[in-house]
Amino acid sequence: MSTVTSVSPLRAVWIIAQRELLVRLRQRSFIITTVLLVVGVVAGVLVANATTGRTTTYTLGATDAATAAVVEQSAAASGIEAHVTTVAPGDVDRLLRDDDYDAVVEPAPHGLTVHVLTTLDPTLQPLLHGIAQQQVLTTQVDALGGDPAQVSAALAQAGATVEALDPPTERDATQIIAGVVVGIVIYVALMIASQLVAQGVVEEKTSRVVELLLSTVRPGQLMAGKVVGIGLVGLAQVVVTVGAAAIAASRTGLLDTSGIRVGPTLGWALAWFLVGYTTYAIVLAGLASLVSRQEEVGSVITPALMFMILPYVFGVSVLPADPTNQLATTLSLIPGFSPFLMPIREGMGTTAAWEPWLALGLSLAVLPVLVWLAGTVYGNAVLRTGARIKLKDALRRA
Amino acid sequence: MAALELDTLTKSYGALRALDGVSFTVGAGEIFGFVGSNGAGKTTTMRIVLGVLAADGGTVRWDGRPITLDDRRQVGYMPEERGLYPKMHVGDQLEYLARLHGLTPQAARASARRWAETLGVEQRLGDEVQKLSLGNQQRVQLAAALVHDPELLVLDEPFSGLDPVAVDVMSGVLNDRATAGVPVIFSSHQLDLVERLCHRVGIIKTGRMVATGTIGELRATDRPRWEVVGPTDPSWLAAVPGARVLSQAGDRTVVEAAGDGQDVLRAALATGPVHEFTPSRPSLTDLYRHVVSDVVSEEVAR
Ligand SMILES: Nc1ncnc2c1ncn2[C@@H]1O[C@H](COP(=O)(O)OP(=O)(O)OP(=O)(O)O)[C@@H](O)[C@H]1O
Ligand SMILES: [Mg+2]
Repeated sequence: MSTVTSVSPLRAVWIIAQRELLVRLRQRSFIITTVLLVVGVVAGVLVANATTGRTTTYTLGATDAATAAVVEQSAAASGIEAHVTTVAPGDVDRLLRDDDYDAVVEPAPHGLTVHVLTTLDPTLQPLLHGIAQQQVLTTQVDALGGDPAQVSAALAQAGATVEALDPPTERDATQIIAGVVVGIVIYVALMIASQLVAQGVVEEKTSRVVELLLSTVRPGQLMAGKVVGIGLVGLAQVVVTVGAAAIAASRTGLLDTSGIRVGPTLGWALAWFLVGYTTYAIVLAGLASLVSRQEEVGSVITPALMFMILPYVFGVSVLPADPTNQLATTLSLIPGFSPFLMPIREGMGTTAAWEPWLALGLSLAVLPVLVWLAGTVYGNAVLRTGARIKLKDALRRA
Repeated sequence: MAALELDTLTKSYGALRALDGVSFTVGAGEIFGFVGSNGAGKTTTMRIVLGVLAADGGTVRWDGRPITLDDRRQVGYMPEERGLYPKMHVGDQLEYLARLHGLTPQAARASARRWAETLGVEQRLGDEVQKLSLGNQQRVQLAAALVHDPELLVLDEPFSGLDPVAVDVMSGVLNDRATAGVPVIFSSHQLDLVERLCHRVGIIKTGRMVATGTIGELRATDRPRWEVVGPTDPSWLAAVPGARVLSQAGDRTVVEAAGDGQDVLRAALATGPVHEFTPSRPSLTDLYRHVVSDVVSEEVAR
């Protein structure tokens, strides 16, 4: 009997957690959902990449060096990336057809002639139009004996300055998408993980193995081990998914061009997953211990699931169009709702620096109460198999 | 090895008094048979010993002091409601339980294999528990109770559902453990088995212990009994003063009489040939019926 050592409570929790880890990681359904999540977010990143109107580089030609220089300068001035070369007039046809030139420009008496394959790109239209007018103006000013350079300089100064009362915050679409993707991933992972806890609790009741287990460990240890084990599995799922999204985003260059705050977004996503998981896993574990059959799990945990579904649905449906929505902002500070709303807002970059910390503090303050309530219910109910136990009874027997 | 003591345990479920002052002791190396009719309180008692149920009153002592969680970790328990993870492999399951009871991973693995071999389920170590037959699940359940080398065995109806070979294996294991000094307590409705296996027996009736002692003690009767095979005349015993017929079936009569029984034998011989004349002691089944019905008549009388 020399091999027997005493088992500290933490050790017992860890042994139980290890079993959960092993069992879940081997489950085919877990592997499939993880793969689906990864595929989903990577697809999301690619869509974001395609739809955020990233600056394309235009290939332009000009039949003489002077025009080429003017086009290049004007393009640079208006923030259009263009590769301008001087080409022979006879090559125009070939360049447009075979070499994918977007346009070839040729000086003309009235300004410019622009050769294109079918239509002129809308972005290039005002640019070339402007150049043509400029050139006509230069000719006219010259003819009138003025100084074209002076006129150009004066023109460059001219323009309508906009004075807005409520200037809109500059927000790019990638930030909105980042917020929504983070929100979805956290929601899906939380739903999966916390329901696994509920199912696991009932599985032990249904199979009656709980009586054997509770002859060596305390109910609290069994519940904690289950929550920790499944939590680690869920965490791994979130890390893999968000990691895949981050890698995809950096590979496509999406991160260079957008305002996403990558570090804080990922950090807070993990933090909110952990907080949300702990909150809902223990609540669902407590509720699930009231029933003895898998068919009853759904009905007993539905009220708690509502607290998860509502903020999520509200967040992903309202925030993309209205990232600073007042109700969402308020709800995101409330424990239980924060894990779903705060990461979306964080991803969209609409949180004030203090907001996530306040929400985190509030959420953590509520946790001990939830642990105590759920632990009491679980301890009282988990050995009572048979009919569904009333929540009131399970709380009272403490 | 230490002894297990139950001291005036009481437990009520609402108005129902399930245990009403249950006391008995199981010494080191002793196999204690716990019998009683359905609903008498056997399972309730065992659950209290394991701490999965709290008693309303009374104490469970191990080694002379109230039993603790650490002591309970050294108990091998087979619950009445069998329970293992249905989708977990037999080997993994046994290892897991061994580790929960404090074995190192290596020791747990070795022990799981050893007990699977002893109980004849080593071929099934890699199978899910739910794929095993009921009897084999039962063997795994016993292995689960034994896998951590317990210092006390508490088995709730370990023999139910076993085939005769498995009964023998199980009996062998219990004897083995007892020989190693482990107190063993098990409940059963198979009284012949209890009689064969147990050193001491406790009979519980509606939450009260109505008899506790060695089989010998329980079977000892105030007035000796004799079994006579031969006389068929119903009144052959009339000549013997103080003798009483307990049962008569064909030519077999069980007689209760004072003295050395020689007068009974003479009376029997007087009616014709006697094929058998043996002292008879009540079987556990007889005792059980007697004790249980006594209590019933007592209750009826009240
Ligand atoms: N959870 C419970 N709630 C209410 N009554 C219970 C509960 N568990 C047991 N009882 C009652 O307590 C009494 C003792 O039950 P127990 O299970 O200990 O009997 P037992 O001796 O093990 O019977 P069996 O031989 O049928 O297994 C019974 O009258 C039973 O109905
Ligand atoms: Mg029973």
